[in-house]
Parts: sequence; structure tokens; C-alpha cells
Amino acid sequence: MAFFSIENIRVKGIASAVPKGEESNWDYDFINEQERKLLIKTTGVEKRRIVKDSGLTTTDLGMAAAEKILKDTGTSKEEIEILVFVSQTPDYFLPASSILLQSRLGLAKTCMAYDINLGCSGYIYGLSSIASMMNTAKIRKGLLIAGDISSKAAQREDKSVYPLFGDAATATLLEYDECADKMSFSLQSDGSGYESIIVRDGGMRKPMSKESFIVEQISPGVSRAPRNLELNGMEVFNFSVTEVPLNIEDFFRRTNTTVDSYNYFVMHQANLLMNETIRKKLKFPVEKVPYTLSKFGNTSSASIPLTIVSELRNKIAAPLSFLLTGFGVGLSWGTVSLKTRNLVCSEVIEL
Amino acid sequence: MEISEFIKKLEIEFEDIPKSSLTPSTKINDIEGWSSMHSLIVVALADTEYGVTLKGEEMKKAQSIQELFDIIRSKSTGK
Repeated sequence: MAFFSIENIRVKGIASAVPKGEESNWDYDFINEQERKLLIKTTGVEKRRIVKDSGLTTTDLGMAAAEKILKDTGTSKEEIEILVFVSQTPDYFLPASSILLQSRLGLAKTCMAYDINLGCSGYIYGLSSIASMMNTAKIRKGLLIAGDISSKAAQREDKSVYPLFGDAATATLLEYDECADKMSFSLQSDGSGYESIIVRDGGMRKPMSKESFIVEQISPGVSRAPRNLELNGMEVFNFSVTEVPLNIEDFFRRTNTTVDSYNYFVMHQANLLMNETIRKKLKFPVEKVPYTLSKFGNTSSASIPLTIVSELRNKIAAPLSFLLTGFGVGLSWGTVSLKTRNLVCSEVIEL
Repeated sequence: MEISEFIKKLEIEFEDIPKSSLTPSTKINDIEGWSSMHSLIVVALADTEYGVTLKGEEMKKAQSIQELFDIIRSKSTGK
């Protein structure tokens, strides 16, 4: 079991950036009004921010968020010695986007940088990776940049995907601090479910070809090309409402904590029916579980930090105990508990 | 576990479907406006109310409300 704790690292601040371009699912006229109403009620997604044809990429959004959190915490760029970028929509196949960001942000050449290719679970995995590296190497300050522009891979004529996803990127500043409370992690994976959420073409297994762009109808309301994001809602639902509660119940036992030990339980924003099923199974009270699904949709690895920034910004002055959980594409899932003190949350930036 | 109770629960969840329009013999594909969202709601209901994980293919196999109920009941026995 990948359960472990990391000492000496504190989450100091979080910023997030979304594109200005907004789309409302009330205007999604690919489906009829009755279906639209049910879709919004079930998924909880009303509005989404998408890059459209602005040319904005994940690193553009991530860079704005990073600049903002450095400024708002009074951190100078020379102090950043590690940058980890979590995304499944990088600028290029290669080189890694983290390295582009090292230069674009004006970070020192002594800063290490690498990418992690994960989606919905990516923020939790990203935190575990950067925190363990910082603790091992006694790195003073690090940036975790997590986000995706999933809309780029979504086909409008696929009602099972298009109305769910929004674009966003976030930057989290971490600090080495011997007084910091430990973070505890439980990370899991199950590749047998790799087809549940997948973009089939464009990798080395099936390189992009003319056929990759041919849109075919799979079922009524679901048309897509092999280059598009594909999602099996039923499988993802069953996976999430089974595995996430098991993971967290086990986490409670190992950490000797309960629902009452946490001020906030922030879940990856997948869809409302699924998230509420998980919340009810774990018996977390509604007031401890913030949502941004209605404003931003599913923003992949950005959803947890974006939700903290957007919903809890005015409540983070006091010391807080968080339980965060991410789950989805891979299949991959994980949970972290962490404590914050004087956490800095910047206003959501619009680009 | 009664089918009448199951239907009542379905009708609470499906706000968009007229009340008392569902019977055990109702064919799922004949329900007006039936979509994959309804299937997802059934899967959620099976999980939270009956502790049953209903798979996509099982859901597809069920032609009527009765058949759907029978699948859930058969999976919940022994729990």
C-alpha cells in the first residue's frame, strides 16, 4: 500500500487562472431542453471556462497563476529550486512543459523541473512528488503547477464529454519548514481501467493520422473522432463511488482520524451525482465539502486547488485541516491530509 | 425489497418523468426522454439504496423496470 507521510513541508499559497471565455450549458443546444435540465442537475455543471481559439495553453494559464502566487507571497524567483508541472495537455510532446516554464518564469538554472502525466488524481500525486523531493533534498521553496485544457480534445457532438470539462491551471507554493505538520498520502492505481477515460490517437501506439479526425456516431448524442477525449461515464462512476470511499476509510484507520478531524474535504470536481454519492457514503457534512462544478466544470488536475481558491479564499486565515482526494483517468486515485497556517489564496485570475 | 418501493424511489429521482407513469412492465427504452443520465441515476440509486454496483452491460440487458429490479435484487441478496 502506497501510504506514507512527509515531514517539514508546508503548503504556503495557491493561485489559479482560467480563460475569460465562458460557456453555459444552458446554451448547449446539441441536446433538447429536457435533457439539458437533467444534465445540469445531475452533473452540477452550469458554466465552464474554455480557451476556445484564444491560443492559450496550459503553461500560459499556469505561468499567470505562478507569477501571481510568487507576488502575493512576496517570494522572489531565485528562491524557487524545484518546479513540477502536472498535466495531460502539455504544450509539446517534448520538451517537458515544466522546463519551458522554468525559463518563461525567469527561474534560476539551478532549479530542477519535471512533468507528471496525470489528470484527475494529479494534484495529489504532484503534491506527494514535490513534497518528498523537497524534504529529501532540503529544498526551501518549490512550485507545483497543475492544470489542463481538456476542452481542446472534447467534441461538441459528444454529450457525454463536452458539457463536463472546463480549462484551468493552478500554482501551489510549497516551503521547507521544520515546524510544518506532516502530510499523509495514500496513492493507488488500476491500469485495467485505462479505456474508461482515454484519448486514443496521437500517442506512439496510434499516431495521429487522417482517420484520427473522422467523427463517427457511437450512440445517439455521442459522436467523436479517435483524437477526441472519450469517457465511459458508467464505469468511471462505479469506480469512483467504490474505490474512493474504500481508500478514505482505510486512510482514516491508518491516520487514526475521522470526518471530525478535518475542516474541509475537497474532492476532485468530477460530477455532482458522483461526488455527492462519495460524500454521503463517507458522511461528510455538506458545509465541509466545497464545490466549483457549477462555475468551472471538471478542470482535471486543477479542480482541487481551484476549488480551494474559489470557495475558501476568505476562510483560510485560521489554521485549517484539509482532506483532499483526486480520482479518475488512469485509473488513478489518491488522498492527502495536510494542515495550513496563514495560507495565501490569490483571487482567481482571468486570461 | 419491494418493486413498488423501487419505483417510488425512481420517480423521486426522475423529476422530469411524470409521476405514476412507471409500472413494472414499463419498457425502459419507451420512457420518453430516457437518456444515459437516467442510467447513471439508476446506478447511483442501486449503490446508495441497495449497496449494489450495477455495471453498464447489466443496465443495458434490462428491458423493463421489472428486469432492472430483478438484477438489483439478485445482486443484493446475501449482503
